[in-house]
Amino acid sequence: MSQPILAVANLRTHFFARAGVIKAVDGVSFTLRAGEVLGLVGESGSGKSVTACSILSLIDEPGRIVAGSIQLDGEELVGCAEARMRSLRGCKIAMIFQDPMMTLNPVLRIDTQMIEAITAHEKVSRRAARERAQRALEAVGIASAPERLRAYPHQFSGGMRQRVAIAIALLHRPQVLIADEPTTALDVTIQSQILAEVQGLCAESGTALVWITHDLAVVAGLADRIAVMYAGRIVEQGPVDAVFARPLHPYTRGLIGSLPVPGQRDAPLTQIPGAPPSPARLPPGCAFAPRCGRADAACAAAPDMIDHEPGHAVRCWHPDLQSKAMA
Amino acid sequence: MLAFLLRRLAQGLLVVAAMATLVFVGVYALGNPIDILISPQADELEREQAIVRLGLDRPLWVQFAIFLKSALRGDLGTSFVHGVPAVDLILDRMPATLELAFVALILSIGIGIPAGLFAGLAPRSLSRRAIMTGSILGFSVPNFWLGLMLILLFAVELKVLPAGGRGETRTVFGIELSLLTLDGLRHLILPALTLAIYKASLIARLAYAGTRETLLQEFVRFARAKGLSPRRIVGVHVLKTIMIPVVTVTGLELGSMIGFAVVTETVFAWPGMGKLLIDSIYRLDRPVIVAYLVIIVIMFVVINFVVDVIYTLLDPRVRLSGQEA
Amino acid sequence: MDADVRVGDVGTAWPTRLTDSWREFAENPVALAALALVALLIALAVLSPWIAPQNPYDLSQLSILDNKLPPGSRGFAGQLYLLGSDDQGRDLVSAILYGLRLSIFVGITATAIALAIGASVGVIAAYFGGWTDAGLMRLVDIQLSFPAILIALILVTILGKGVDKVVIALVCVQWAYYARTIRSSALVERRREYIDAARGLALSQSRIILRHLLPNAFPPLIVVATVQVAHAIALEATLSFLGVGVPITEPSLGVLIANGYGYMLSGNYWIAFYPGLALLLVILAINLVGDQLHHVMNPRGKR
Repeated sequence: MSQPILAVANLRTHFFARAGVIKAVDGVSFTLRAGEVLGLVGESGSGKSVTACSILSLIDEPGRIVAGSIQLDGEELVGCAEARMRSLRGCKIAMIFQDPMMTLNPVLRIDTQMIEAITAHEKVSRRAARERAQRALEAVGIASAPERLRAYPHQFSGGMRQRVAIAIALLHRPQVLIADEPTTALDVTIQSQILAEVQGLCAESGTALVWITHDLAVVAGLADRIAVMYAGRIVEQGPVDAVFARPLHPYTRGLIGSLPVPGQRDAPLTQIPGAPPSPARLPPGCAFAPRCGRADAACAAAPDMIDHEPGHAVRCWHPDLQSKAMA
Repeated sequence: MLAFLLRRLAQGLLVVAAMATLVFVGVYALGNPIDILISPQADELEREQAIVRLGLDRPLWVQFAIFLKSALRGDLGTSFVHGVPAVDLILDRMPATLELAFVALILSIGIGIPAGLFAGLAPRSLSRRAIMTGSILGFSVPNFWLGLMLILLFAVELKVLPAGGRGETRTVFGIELSLLTLDGLRHLILPALTLAIYKASLIARLAYAGTRETLLQEFVRFARAKGLSPRRIVGVHVLKTIMIPVVTVTGLELGSMIGFAVVTETVFAWPGMGKLLIDSIYRLDRPVIVAYLVIIVIMFVVINFVVDVIYTLLDPRVRLSGQEA
Repeated sequence: MDADVRVGDVGTAWPTRLTDSWREFAENPVALAALALVALLIALAVLSPWIAPQNPYDLSQLSILDNKLPPGSRGFAGQLYLLGSDDQGRDLVSAILYGLRLSIFVGITATAIALAIGASVGVIAAYFGGWTDAGLMRLVDIQLSFPAILIALILVTILGKGVDKVVIALVCVQWAYYARTIRSSALVERRREYIDAARGLALSQSRIILRHLLPNAFPPLIVVATVQVAHAIALEATLSFLGVGVPITEPSLGVLIANGYGYMLSGNYWIAFYPGLALLLVILAINLVGDQLHHVMNPRGKR
C-alpha cells in the first residue's frame, strides 16, 4: 500500500486552564490515503475540531499538542517551525470552517481575500491572481464571477460564502482538505449541493478529504472510511459500508440506531442514555462505560484499538460482534 | 446610506435650531439682554440706539426674529472689549484652535493605535499590563498640570522648547498655519502633546479591546489556515476591523478635543478660540461668549455629520446595505 | 460602555456574591494598592483639620516672611515646611491636605447627586418607554455629545463662583452618564420575568420601579460612579485652575496649581508641582480601582 498522505498517530492535545487540564484530544490515530475521503464523526465536545486545528497547528494558548505525531506526505508537522507550517497551510493542506458568516472578513472584498491567499504562496501578478480567483469561483459554481469578486461577504448568502471558502481552500490544489462541519450552518437543500461540489472537486484534483460532522447520515454517501470519535478518542474506524453494516462499538450502534430510516415509521429510534463526559473530567477507564449497556468491571481499564477485521478497528472490551447487520 | 445621512443631517440642523433657541431664551428672556449685549461703557445715546437696533423694546417674538435674521447674516453681537463683531473675533482665532486640535488628534491616533495594537498582540501579559496601566495613567493626569510639567521640563529645565505662544505662521489659502515653519512646530509640539495624551490613552484602550476581540474571530483563524503571514493578518485584517470603532469614537472626540483646548490654550498662551473664551469670561465680554456658544454648536454638528459620513464609507456593511448581490 | 453586566440569578445570596467579587478584585495587586491609596487619601482629607501642621485658610497663622521656601526648609519660627511654601507663606503640606479635602468632597457630593438624578431619569425612561424614553434619551444624547468642560464653563459663568455653584455645574454635566447607563441595564431587566410577575401581582408602578427594577439595574452604575468621581475631581480642579471654580479664599488643588503657574518659570516649581502630584495620585488611584471593578463586573473570556 502506498504511503498515506496524512498519518496521525497517538495525537494528544490538552488545554491547561486554571480549573484543570482539559484533555480535548487524548490519543487519536488515523491515516488518510491520497484522494480518500474520511468521515470523522462525533458529538459536540468529542474533540473533532480540536483534532482538525491540531493538524494545522492552529491550537493557541492555553492549549498545545502534548504528544503524538502528524505526518503530511512523510513530513512531521508536530514541532514543525511556524514559518514552514505557514508555507504548508493553504497550500498543501487546507481547512474550511463551520460558520461561513464569519469565515470571511466582512470589511474586505472577496477578491482581496482570494488574491492574498494566492500571493501568500506564489509570486504572481495581481492580474494573474485575479484571473485564477475568478476561475476558482466559477469552478465552485458561482455565476457572474467578475462582479462577485468585487463584492463583500455580507452580500452573499450562506451557501455562497461557503463556496467561496471552498474555492479559496482549493486554490493551490492541496493534498489534504479538512472540512470542519461546513454544512451544519446551512439549509438542508444547500447542504447536499455543497457536499456534491466538494466531493466532485476533491475527486477531480486528487485531494484527500477529512469531513468532520456530527451527522452520520451526511458521511454515509460521501466517505470511503469513517472514524467515530468519543470523548477525545476514536472508538471505531473502518470502511463506511463495513461500519454501517456491522457497527462494533455500542456508541456507533447507538448513533446509527438513532437515525430515522424511511419506510420504518413506527420503529422507535434508539436513544443513548446519559450525556458525554466533560473533557475536563474524563473517567479513568473506557469513557463510554457510564452510558453503555454492555459495561462491566473490565471497562475500568481503557481499551486499545483492536482490529476485528481488516481495516475495521474498535476500541471496546465488548464489541458487538454477533448481532445481525443493520440496514 | 443616503437615507441614513440625510436623517443625521436633519438631526444636526434640529440641534442647531434648538441651541439657537436656547441661547436666545437664555439671553433675551431669562437674562438681561441689555447687560449682556450692550457694552457697559456705552453712553445714553448709544444705549438707546442699540436698544432700537436689537429690538429690545419690542415684543419677544419680534426680538427672536431680529435675532435669527442677524444670526443668519453672521451678526451675533459686538465684543465689548475689542469693539469688533464677536463672530469675526472667533473666526479669526479658529484656525489656531483647529490646527492645535488636528495635530493633537493625529498624535493621539499615532500613539494610541500602535500602543493598543501591540498590547493586544503581546504574548507576554507583562507588556500588556504595562501598556494598559500606562494608559490609565495617561487619562488620569490632569490636562493642565501635564502642560505645566512639560513646560517645566522642556522650557525651564532643558530650555529646548518655548514656554508658550504660537510660533511663526505661513499663510495657506488665506489661513495662517504654524505647522509649516520650524519655529511654529517648536511652539506646537508641547501643547499638541498635552492635548493628545488623554485621547491617546483612550484610543489605546479601544484599540486593545478591539484587537483582542478581533483575534478571536473566525476569519482570523481562516486567514491563518490560508497560510497568510502574521504581518498581513495584523496589518490588513485586524487593523481594518478595529479602525471602524476607533474612527467613530475618535471623530466624536475631536469635538471634545476642541473643548479641552480651552485649558491647553490657556496654559500655553496659545491664541485660539479657547483662550478667547476664557479671556472673555474674565472680562465679562458676554457677546463673545454667546457667539462662541453658537459657533461651537454648529462646529460639533458638522463634525458629527462628517464622522457619520466617514463611518459609512469605512464599513461596507452600512454602505452597501441596500444592495444584495 | 454598554451595560452587559449580568446581574446574576435573582436568587443568589448577596454575601457570596460580594466575597467572590472581592476575591476577584483582589487578584490585581495594582488595583489593591490603588484601593489602599484611595482609602489613605480619603482618611487624610477627612482628618486634615487635625493633622495638618497649619490651617492655610487662617491668615493669622501664615507668615508672609516664610514665602516661597523650597521643600524641606525651616521657617522663621522653626517649623518645617516639608514640601515648601507658596507665595503667601502657606505650608504646602497643609494646603494640599485641605485642597484634597475640598476636591474629594466636591467630587463625591457631585457624583452622589448626579447619580440620584440620573438614575431616576434613566429608570423612568426605561420603565415607561415610548415617548418618555425617546424624549429623555434624546436630551441625554445631546448633552453627552458636548464636552463636559464647555458645559461646566458656561454654567459657572452664568452661576458665578463658589463651591455650591461648582457642584451644581458638575451635577448638570454628569447626570446624563448615569441616565444612559442605568437605562440600558434597566431595559434588560425590564424584560425579565420577575417584572412581569410583579406587574401580574398588580403592584403599583412606583413600587415595581423602586423595589424591583432599580436594585437590579443598579450594579453597572457602581463602576461608572467610581470613575465619574475621578472625572468630577479633575473637572473641578480644571475649573478652579481657570479661575472660574471655587474662589481663591478656599484653595482647592486647582487654585493652588494656578497660583504656582506664575512662579514656575522663575524656578519655584514646587508650588505647582506638589499639589498637582496629589491631584494626579487621587485621580489615578480612583481610576485604577474603577478599572479593576469593571473587570470584575464584566468578565469577558478571561485568560
